[in-house]
Amino acid sequence: MLQAIADGLLNGSIIALGAIGLTLTMGILRFANFAHAELITWGAYVALAVVAVLPPLVGAIAPFSFGLPLLIGIVVAMAASSALALAADAAVFRPLRARRSESMTLVFASFGVALLVRMAVLLIFGGSAQYYSNELTFAVEVLPGLMLLPDQVFTFGLTAALWLALHLFLQRTTLGLSMRALAENPDLTRVNGVDVARVTRWTWIIGGSMAAIAGVLYGLSVQLRPEIGFHLILPLFTAAILGGLGNVTGALMGGMIVGLAESLSVLIIPPEYKPAVPFLILLAVLFIRPGGLFGALGVAR
Amino acid sequence: MTGLAIYLVFFLTVASIYAIVVLGLNLQWGYTGLFNAGIVGFYAVGAYGTAILAGPDRAALIGGFGLPFPLALFGGMVLSGIAALIVGLATLRLRGEYLAITTFGIAISIQLVALNFESLTGGANGLVGLPRPFADRFDDPDLYGLVFLAAMLATVGIIYLALEAVVRSPWGRLLNALREDEVAARALGKNIAAIRLQAFVLGCMLTGLAGGLYVGFIGFVSPLDFLPILTFQIWAMLIVGGSGNNAGALVGAVTVWGLWTMSGLLISRLVPVGFHAQAGAIQTMLIGLVIVSTLLFRPQGMIGERAGGARFGRSNAPPVAKDRNWSTGGGGQQP
Repeated sequence: MLQAIADGLLNGSIIALGAIGLTLTMGILRFANFAHAELITWGAYVALAVVAVLPPLVGAIAPFSFGLPLLIGIVVAMAASSALALAADAAVFRPLRARRSESMTLVFASFGVALLVRMAVLLIFGGSAQYYSNELTFAVEVLPGLMLLPDQVFTFGLTAALWLALHLFLQRTTLGLSMRALAENPDLTRVNGVDVARVTRWTWIIGGSMAAIAGVLYGLSVQLRPEIGFHLILPLFTAAILGGLGNVTGALMGGMIVGLAESLSVLIIPPEYKPAVPFLILLAVLFIRPGGLFGALGVAR
Repeated sequence: MTGLAIYLVFFLTVASIYAIVVLGLNLQWGYTGLFNAGIVGFYAVGAYGTAILAGPDRAALIGGFGLPFPLALFGGMVLSGIAALIVGLATLRLRGEYLAITTFGIAISIQLVALNFESLTGGANGLVGLPRPFADRFDDPDLYGLVFLAAMLATVGIIYLALEAVVRSPWGRLLNALREDEVAARALGKNIAAIRLQAFVLGCMLTGLAGGLYVGFIGFVSPLDFLPILTFQIWAMLIVGGSGNNAGALVGAVTVWGLWTMSGLLISRLVPVGFHAQAGAIQTMLIGLVIVSTLLFRPQGMIGERAGGARFGRSNAPPVAKDRNWSTGGGGQQP
């Protein structure tokens, strides 16, 4: 039981990091970006390429399974996913926005972008499962009945640190405040001279970076496959909606809830149906509290 | 018949089945502005529903009611409609994206059921040996193929005419009205959510019908026939043809299905054996490319919409009204 909870929170951390970027795009840029999950795949594979290219340097940093190359890989992946997000915006989303297209047109275009990115990853890296490292590490008994791998502790720590950093960024910095303002009242924000293009750019960079980190953490705890993003689409949207659109802390909580529910679901339903759990949560939220647990603006048509 | 003729009959039969799905999607998106991202799910429900209702009794399986094919087909349609009702009721009062996300989710869940609920769906093996409708009345399989094709073309024709009548009816004009200016439609006292729900369920039932017909055509169901890419193939058909236009939907179905099969043929000739995963990836990328480039460069599609603005073009509502919609529309969602 305790182990299932820990596994759920671990999975939840990855979902949460992906959902943070998604909730920001949905809140600030106002469209459901189905290509967001592909930034996770892309980031994970870019980090893999970095790890493959770099020499081991100092070897694995005990007690983790990875060494300096993966940490460098994370940074490069953040840049690569941000770059991909900005490129997709420049090539597809911005021209559509400039034409004043409806938000559903952007949603649809994001499906096309998602297909292109997913298939490009498949073409470049192949379809078989890959790993960052073959290093074996040993689980440590953290609490009675609870074994954690050092990498898993790293995942928790990094997620918590990132959430705190983002929270402070949105609360304390001018850019963060502009982002929140744009999410809450776009007209008023524009009138007050906020540079919308700059805020948009940073929304993509933050979303892309978080997605890349989520991808690397996923690769660390499971394995790399071109479909990882595709399988995360539903959990990410569920977490973002559960937390309320545009709400970073909400997305974190939403991610944890979805991760926990997936993990605990095996106690009552056959494990093959686990991927349907986010859908059931989503239906329940939409029927009972469509604004999410913490409320969101502009949910109704 | 020669090999080419047999292939042509096969191609056209599948194209007409897809055309039915595209017509259903056009009712949802082209006329009503509803985004269905889980087409393959509703198609699968129709297919499995028909297969389970029409299939022979099997000891290991729950289904196998051996119903006459038309009855089973109708049952499959109804089941698709019920699935549509579930996601429709949850989302049609909310922003359009929610329907996209939820339909995407139900398609994934349906795929899981198809793959794992072995005692109902046959699991990964699917259900084989299903009776093909009225096949016992024909001695010549080629003739049967031709008659089946004729029946499919006739079905497409009937659905096309019916939909043309529907969109010209007062109800059809209402669909257009709430797509173009929802506030005005609401001001006229129309129950928008109910109308949306009707259009969505009707569209999904057409999709389910097509799924059932597909089962009748190939004589088995397998989860491999219901991969997520189908949703995007159908979408590509609709936007290439031009959404909001039923004739365009038909043209798009034949064009994109033709491009898909031909590119598959070409790639399998050119790509060396052992690289078939990559070959499939290129084919899928083509669909992605079709979607993105149509939206960017020719939003009205090949034919375009007959009246009113193009679906993917400029929105007719002034931007201020849209933003106001957004920021005040969430009344009642506050904690």
